[in-house]
Amino acid sequence: MSAVLDTPGHHEHADRPTGITRWLTTTNHKDIGTMYLWFSFTMFIVGGIMALIIRTELFTPGIQVVDPDRFNALTTYHGLIMVFGAIMPAFVGFANWLIPMQIGAPDMAFPRMNNLSFWLLPPAALLLITAQFVPGGGAGVGWTMYPPLTVQAPMAMDLTIFAIHILGMSSIMGSINIITTVFNMRAPGMGMMRIPMFCWTWVITAFLLLAVMPVLAGAVTMTLTDRHFGTSFFNAAGGGDPVLYQHVFWFFGHPEVYIIAIPAFGVISQIIPAFARKPLFGYTSMVYATASIAVLSFLVWAHHMFTVGMPVEAQLYFMYATVLIAVPTGVKVFNWVATAWRGSLSFETPMLFALGFLFLFTIGGFTGLVLAIVPIDVQLHDTYYVVAHFHYVMVAGALFSAFGAIYFWLPKWTGKMYDERLGKLHFWLSFIFFNVAFFVQHFLGLAGMPRRIPDYAPQFAEFNMISSIGAWGFGLAQVLLLYIVVKTIRSGKPAEQRQWDGADGLEWTHLPTPAPYHSFETPPVLK
Amino acid sequence: MSVKIFRAAAGLATVVLSAGAQAAFELNFQTPVSKVGERVYDLHTVILLICFVIFIAVFGTLLYSVFAHRKSKGHVAAQFHENTTVEVLWTIIPFVILVLIAWPATTTLLAMRDTAEPDVTVKVTGYQWEWAYDYLKGEGEGISFLSNLATPHDQIYGTAAKGEHYLREVNNPLVVPVGKKIRILTTANDVIHSWFVPELFVKQDANPGFIRDTWFRAEKEGTFRGQCAELCGKDHGFMPIVVEVVSPEKYSAWVAEQKKKMAGLADDPGKRATEAGEAVAPADIKTARR
Ligand SMILES: [Cu+2]
Repeated sequence: MSAVLDTPGHHEHADRPTGITRWLTTTNHKDIGTMYLWFSFTMFIVGGIMALIIRTELFTPGIQVVDPDRFNALTTYHGLIMVFGAIMPAFVGFANWLIPMQIGAPDMAFPRMNNLSFWLLPPAALLLITAQFVPGGGAGVGWTMYPPLTVQAPMAMDLTIFAIHILGMSSIMGSINIITTVFNMRAPGMGMMRIPMFCWTWVITAFLLLAVMPVLAGAVTMTLTDRHFGTSFFNAAGGGDPVLYQHVFWFFGHPEVYIIAIPAFGVISQIIPAFARKPLFGYTSMVYATASIAVLSFLVWAHHMFTVGMPVEAQLYFMYATVLIAVPTGVKVFNWVATAWRGSLSFETPMLFALGFLFLFTIGGFTGLVLAIVPIDVQLHDTYYVVAHFHYVMVAGALFSAFGAIYFWLPKWTGKMYDERLGKLHFWLSFIFFNVAFFVQHFLGLAGMPRRIPDYAPQFAEFNMISSIGAWGFGLAQVLLLYIVVKTIRSGKPAEQRQWDGADGLEWTHLPTPAPYHSFETPPVLK
Repeated sequence: MSVKIFRAAAGLATVVLSAGAQAAFELNFQTPVSKVGERVYDLHTVILLICFVIFIAVFGTLLYSVFAHRKSKGHVAAQFHENTTVEVLWTIIPFVILVLIAWPATTTLLAMRDTAEPDVTVKVTGYQWEWAYDYLKGEGEGISFLSNLATPHDQIYGTAAKGEHYLREVNNPLVVPVGKKIRILTTANDVIHSWFVPELFVKQDANPGFIRDTWFRAEKEGTFRGQCAELCGKDHGFMPIVVEVVSPEKYSAWVAEQKKKMAGLADDPGKRATEAGEAVAPADIKTARR
């Protein structure tokens, strides 16, 4: 994506450092956005390789590839790396690239802090990766890191805790930056109810991050002091309670689900109108639906732990509150369908990913509703049904949305057009293999196969084999994405200023392609 | 009742889809062997059908749009972007559906959590990585034993053919009488475990330092298999649960036999009874698996 930066006509920065110094010291939102995206892709490959080792082990019953300790470590770091290293940075990357362009600003509000937010990520990633190789191996505790198992875990646990602290700092700084930018740097005349949905979803997400990242930091810090400094927050023998951790963790963890999903909603709300050539249906209700999902996300955390043995009254409350989320989520889905309705639809790669998102995310939403019903959840909790459910939300939801965003904005970023034929191929391979890998996991969960086991009873053999084949197909399809992006940067045909005739954001209507280094040096004039 | 029809339909679909594959390719819950389990099964079927109908309605609309409103067919985009009536309707209708679902969910949950007046109470303790069963109250009171994975190391590492109940077989199963209310108290010694038997529709976390409870009443004799459901370390995948539901007479005979065994071990109070003859100490199994 560096093609952007060598655009002629920007000699005011001739003294800009070059080579590695440039990337280390850059305060430019596009440079930083680019680094976030490449970082995210790298982590996606690392987490993906872990997933493929897991699925290879699970191809047939018996232990073949990795021993149980290593297996547990792989599931743990696959989860942590995908959530904190791949998905979240991808959307921060989009925010960096797009928010200034979409609101008519030159850059982010705090460019130096922006640089720091990014450069905190590589050390955190390094901690998560080296945790695999320290004495004792990785911590096989699951990405949810429940004590007392975490108190027993080897030193890799400490590296993991510090990684989470660093990631949290990065997220908090990124959030402050995004909120300040959107609140203060909008072009004259652009009221809050005129900003693109993507900006709205990021503002809401940033508030969620500010609220819950400190909570996660608190939970893992208590784990750290339980491990080393003689406290007993989670140890009953010392007056603590292991279930306390779960409450604190999920108070972070449930909003975290929406931290990942909401910016994805934002991307979809940009792509569907562009390819339907029709304005987004119900912009206002979309804003309110997103905000109410965010508020509700703080009130439902215990539905992740219905089997801990909480009072039946608590189960009832958390069940009712959880099913309520289906209402604003339904509103969003209906709005998207209504946006497409009677439009003038075309199906370029971003639109395919958006429709794929809509279809599969809705399945994930329905299985979420099933899981919210306590008596059913008791049976499905900690089984592969849950694994299937959150991969529908995270992969077919957030990741498909990220893919859609890449294809949608790549022409604007690089000034070049990707290969449409290959893009569509990437979509269909991802869509088909995703379902092969994860749809069958619903059946495994219904039949009672627990998650996080390295070996399983023969009754689960067939679906596990199918799932593993799907996972390998899905993983290999992502090599195609890398090829497409590199090919676009190297030899793509020049893209037009308004590559998509239905796209009406400022980045398409007011900025040349590729976008200039400083987005808007003078604010655009809005009607 | 219509629920019965739903269940029959779901069962039929399962049979049709899994034809020829026998026990494998199971597409739904295990067949419940308790009344509560049947209620959960039906509740799931109803909710799944509701979801399915909504899904068809929403994506039928979208699919129609995808085919009819194409740019390539020269369809010109309408420019509407609001419609208060529709927006209010699609907020209220889902809400009403949710309230309708919440009612049976609530009654089922209340039944599920009612652990009062059990016939037999068993304390289940999770250890890394085995289960301990202590019969606290009711017929069999005082019986206590450890239950370990019985699958040999060779089968796990592929040097021997895998048995029929690979990974879901134990040396000492939990034995309970049919038709009786069995209350299970769960706790753990080290980390969190979870006691999960799919056919009984029971899953309860076992938290170290705390006691939680659940219950079941099996309506059918048989052997029901499950396993630990909460990640508990290296051998989390290797701590199965086997529940043998037997007739009251057989249960009484089993209790008498266990009492005799316990009496034999009475002069060695530090030891829990493991099935005599099998002589596989838990420690050996763990070492073997390492
Ligand atoms: Cu366990």
